[in-house]
Amino acid sequence: MLELTGVRSGYHGLEILHEVNLTVQPGEIVAIVGANGAGKSTTLRTIVGEVKLQGGSVTFKDQPVVGGRSHELARRGLMLVPEHRALFGSLTVDENLTMGARARKGRWGFEKDWILDLFPILRERRTQLAETMSGGQQQMLAIARALMGSPDLLLLDEPSTGLSPKLTWTVFDAVKAIRDRGVSVLIVEQNASQVLSFADRAYVLESGSVVLEGSGADLADDARVQAAYLGG
Amino acid sequence: MATSLQNAPETTGSAARRPTLSERQKVAIVTVSVLAVVTAVAALRAGSSTVLVQALVTGVLTGGIYSLVAMGLTLIYGVLHIINFANGALVALAMYLTFVTVDTMGVHPYTALLVVVPAMGVLGALLQTSLLNPVMRAPIQIQLLVTIGLALAIENVLLLVFGPTPRSVQLPGNVGVSILGATVELSRIYAFVGALVLVAILSLVLQRTAIGTSIRAVAANPEGARLVGINTKSIYSVTFALGAMAAGAAGVLVAPFTTIEPTSGAIFNLTAFVVVVLGGMGNIPGALVGGLVVGLTEQLAGLILPDESPLLAVFVVFLIVLFIRPKGVFGRAS
Repeated sequence: MLELTGVRSGYHGLEILHEVNLTVQPGEIVAIVGANGAGKSTTLRTIVGEVKLQGGSVTFKDQPVVGGRSHELARRGLMLVPEHRALFGSLTVDENLTMGARARKGRWGFEKDWILDLFPILRERRTQLAETMSGGQQQMLAIARALMGSPDLLLLDEPSTGLSPKLTWTVFDAVKAIRDRGVSVLIVEQNASQVLSFADRAYVLESGSVVLEGSGADLADDARVQAAYLGG
Repeated sequence: MATSLQNAPETTGSAARRPTLSERQKVAIVTVSVLAVVTAVAALRAGSSTVLVQALVTGVLTGGIYSLVAMGLTLIYGVLHIINFANGALVALAMYLTFVTVDTMGVHPYTALLVVVPAMGVLGALLQTSLLNPVMRAPIQIQLLVTIGLALAIENVLLLVFGPTPRSVQLPGNVGVSILGATVELSRIYAFVGALVLVAILSLVLQRTAIGTSIRAVAANPEGARLVGINTKSIYSVTFALGAMAAGAAGVLVAPFTTIEPTSGAIFNLTAFVVVVLGGMGNIPGALVGGLVVGLTEQLAGLILPDESPLLAVFVVFLIVLFIRPKGVFGRAS
């Protein structure tokens, strides 16, 4: 589905990712955990071509990903929900969802009803402007909008940012439901203990390099991960 | 919902940013009251109701024309965040195209809409694609310089092709008619109606069509638009085409009562900018209101201060509004 091989990338000549290798197989949740500044978001931004690839390769469905054309990636079935959500604030919830479906271009899509069942609050607020909703509702809308585009791979950048513990679980439960419908998910989280509890596989990033990889459960039990990220 | 393209910074939700309906009503009430007081003062100075009515009617009609010219400017600003200094030059170009169409084909001036508006649309799309899309991520002064350069280029091409001799377009049956005792040319009434129709069409396109929703989405968040598969550059081109078409419609409608010269459009540029800021940058119905405020201010100031330039009052109003509501009368509260 997604394959990063020896990826080097960064900003303004400064290399942030060093030789990162990472894969996402169909139908699995893969987590990237690590401290602030470890290069988690840069990894996602490199995948969608917003950060320039300086070496190595990124392929999605065996096709190379070329930089700077993120609208084409969305049409190929790869959708990113950035940390700041990038919603259409002056559009209604319904209009945001309709715009999400633009990426689909005739491909098979999720039923809107199924998506709204994941986040019932959105159904009640279909005519509300996105910018007037709470942070949690905006996060749900951002994920719902991406699902409307019927992605094969969903990239989530810190979806729990600013959410209450209860809302965080609503979002994570939705992520599991999305995976169960056959969508691959690559999720970046600082909230390591929670995300490792349901991720199929995970990578630990440190200073732009992958230092550990394995199943979510194994990493959650790993002494080094516990010491560094789980306060154990 | 107002047809506003204004961009609000992405934040966690806060209802406070958008003025509530009652806040908008307050603004409307204050605007109307101020105009009423000014009208009363003007009435005392004028000393005759005929003079006052003439000023009010002329003010409303002229205001409609100002908003007509400002429509493309506000649309382009709302989506592209470019202040299109070539807007006036595009209006001038449209006036010349009207002149040529009428002169060579002998058709009714308004029939020229069928030729001029599509032609301006194609030109607008080409200009955005070739000149402005490459500098969309450049600093704002680069984009300003491109539009100023474009304005100079258009004006000088017009000068080269048509020379400095003023041209005119005759509207058959353009007689003066009486409205409430005031005398106005029919062509100005048609232009005013045209402004209303243009606001309605642009609002409908933006609110009710798929392309309009895409335009509003790009205006709200270009990054989000790319993430859902929208090619933002093609939306920019469509928007500039729509803005140029609005300038084209304005050019055709004002041609019958405007002296057509290469710099005719430049005269409108400053007023259009004031109208756009008053109405809220990117707010299409706001441009109509802004135009009416400027038109009425000019005329009433002419009665109160007959020896001063009417532009003086316009800019006094402009400064007061900027001071009280920096985002424009119908802009969102900051």
